[in-house]
Amino acid sequence: MLYIVITYLWASILLYLLLGGADFGAGIIELFTSQKNKQVTRKTLYSAIGPIWEANHMWLIIAIVILFVGFPVIYSTMSVNLHIPLTVMLIGIIARGTAFTFRHYDAVVDDMQHLYNTIFAISSFTTPLFLGIIAGSAVSGHIDPQAATFVDAYIFSWLHWFSVTVGLFTVSICGFLASVYLIGETTVEHERLRFAHKAQFFNIAAVICGALVFAAAWYEHIPLFDWVFGNWVGRIAILSATLSLVWMWALLYQGKIGLLRPLAGFQVTMILLTTTFKHFPNIVILKDGGYLSLTQHAGQEKTIEALGWALLLGSILILPALFYLIYSFQKKPVGYGGEAH
Amino acid sequence: MNDFIAARSQMALSLGFHIIFSCIGMVMPFFMAVAHYYYLKTSQTVYKNVTKAWSKGVAIFFATGAVSGTVLSFELGLLWPEFMKHAGPIFGMPFSLEGTAFFIEAIALGFFLYGWDRFNPWFHWFTGVVVGVSGLASGILVVAANAWMNSPAGFEYINGQYLNIDPIAAMFNEAWFSQALHMTIAAFAATGFAVAGVHALMILRGSNVLFHTKSFTIAAAFGCVAALVQPLSGDISAKDVAIRQPAKLAAMEAHFHTEKSAALIVGGIPNEAEKKVDFAIKLPGFLSFLAHGDFKSEVTGLDRIPEENHPPVSITHYAFQIMVGMGMAMMLVSVLYFAALWKKRSWLQAPWLLKIFALATPLGFIAVEAGWTVTEVGRQPWIIYGIMRTADAVTPMPGIAYSFYLFTAIYVSLAAFVVFMLYRQIKMVGALYDNSDHGTLTADHRPPTADRPLD
Repeated sequence: MLYIVITYLWASILLYLLLGGADFGAGIIELFTSQKNKQVTRKTLYSAIGPIWEANHMWLIIAIVILFVGFPVIYSTMSVNLHIPLTVMLIGIIARGTAFTFRHYDAVVDDMQHLYNTIFAISSFTTPLFLGIIAGSAVSGHIDPQAATFVDAYIFSWLHWFSVTVGLFTVSICGFLASVYLIGETTVEHERLRFAHKAQFFNIAAVICGALVFAAAWYEHIPLFDWVFGNWVGRIAILSATLSLVWMWALLYQGKIGLLRPLAGFQVTMILLTTTFKHFPNIVILKDGGYLSLTQHAGQEKTIEALGWALLLGSILILPALFYLIYSFQKKPVGYGGEAH
Repeated sequence: MNDFIAARSQMALSLGFHIIFSCIGMVMPFFMAVAHYYYLKTSQTVYKNVTKAWSKGVAIFFATGAVSGTVLSFELGLLWPEFMKHAGPIFGMPFSLEGTAFFIEAIALGFFLYGWDRFNPWFHWFTGVVVGVSGLASGILVVAANAWMNSPAGFEYINGQYLNIDPIAAMFNEAWFSQALHMTIAAFAATGFAVAGVHALMILRGSNVLFHTKSFTIAAAFGCVAALVQPLSGDISAKDVAIRQPAKLAAMEAHFHTEKSAALIVGGIPNEAEKKVDFAIKLPGFLSFLAHGDFKSEVTGLDRIPEENHPPVSITHYAFQIMVGMGMAMMLVSVLYFAALWKKRSWLQAPWLLKIFALATPLGFIAVEAGWTVTEVGRQPWIIYGIMRTADAVTPMPGIAYSFYLFTAIYVSLAAFVVFMLYRQIKMVGALYDNSDHGTLTADHRPPTADRPLD
């Protein structure tokens, strides 16, 4: 049962990255879109994510609940030492969620829209940045529960090159996912082209940020290279991700868009797989070389048992409904300012 | 402000904020479903307009409730890591189920908000009902988790170790039923009165009268029934607290001395130094009756409880008085409303009755906040009653006061935004949802263009 729970944890992190990440990415794209194209981008974006908007962010709640029920020591250690980035991320979540809703449901359309848009775009950038920082810090070996000073315990646990570059990498991945998703959302040729250019931009950004992550890891003596390339799973995953990327771009230049989304999703899945596989089951690596492990620091057997059943039961109820929701609105997207407004 | 007080204040603020949004988010869908049902049965456009207008409210509150709920799930660890380290695996069961309920609510809301003219009308209606039912389920589950803090169960506490954990037994702790019942009814009463009050005010202003009358009738029915039933569940809660948490009951009543035929204290100012209550009305024997169903029985006072385990008496007492006072006021309004409904139909459109409802708008939510103050402050100094002290659970990180200031600023501005948003929704009712009606009550025969409100 423990492995079922761990699988759910991993899957909800992945789904949050793929669905919630694309949501963040949509906001990031807005941030990088010229003033004259913003309105069209927003329209496409809204028809794409409106109906599943709330559901996309539930994955984070599922992941955090699994963590605090099943792995309380890991949850509380991260909560203490990563208090500051977690708080910043939370503020981002509040700002973003409410700004998105307000800008759509405000009955009067006036200058307030400008404020909502600004808050939405900025928090779409900072939230995944800090999510990445938190993820990077967890494995960076900078978390020190024995730290004597405030800065060592609560600042340098997350503020260092490796975490920051992981944060930027996460942002570019989100932007990439969103632009690839959005290509299929519009039928207007020059709009497609514009999103394809965005995808290209974020693809390049991701490669650069990825390189920076490796450089930072090398500088801070984090064995990232060994985690990624030191085993067959990592090598195969990276190779297949690269090949699928090439394939994706080839398809795009031929104007075939059917497979773009699964391919982009596949690439991100492979990245998460390689970066978590080698140090599994350890998800927090401490400064003194100690680990917090999903297998050693799991809750008591009965807890894991109950949690596993709750998750299995939940998926029976959730997944069919979620698929039907996505399917229904894929068939006939929502028009902006249409029925829902 | 020290870190411990700051952490408690931040938690109280976050919960106090979240409660309002989650109450509305879980109750409004039922109002919406009723209006929607009438629309499907009668084809009167006004019901469709009401449904749509309310669904905007639900969407705003759901989104705000979802983010404030996400924040809480992190804050539990950010502020109380020592508590979560031990409690998480024990009382986590309702949270994991709540995740499912909440997820279903989000999916159903997606179907409902974007599903007009897209699905079979009754399927569409059903998705709205699912929003309500799953919202209610998640509310009950979260309250069950809170109840565990008042009535710890499902583990053995031996030498500081939490052993033999049984998450199911923890979920069905002794307090879950009375707390969940009281909270659910409170949510209906508070939301019903708040919504009815706003619509009553709009009827008084004379705009879109038919629209607001239909809305008022549905919301008032829910609110008034709930307000009338609530004292019964309050009685169940009081008897339950008397047995499980005598210190909390003693603080609620500022009952300093253990005695038989204990008097019920109404109002008054607790004098903690001299252990008495000044300026209070005393009803002899009624506290004994309230606590144990017998006018002669003995009620434990604070004198039987070690000083270091006393909850803050004044706050708990005042909060309890406020909650009961608001509840009573709402009950009276409800009696009046039902009397009008049965005997004096002409009262229903009388401005004075509408004015009373307009004035009663915030009562339910004041009662909800006060009630949660009783539950939480009355449990102090414990975070897990009798097991772990709140002071031992707080995060070791210094400077929590700054975090508190920051979150205060965020919540205050968010509250202002939501009020602003609702104000604009209500102001635009004429243009968005009901463009044919400008004050007449006979608007049922309207031109067909009214079937397509500006949306």
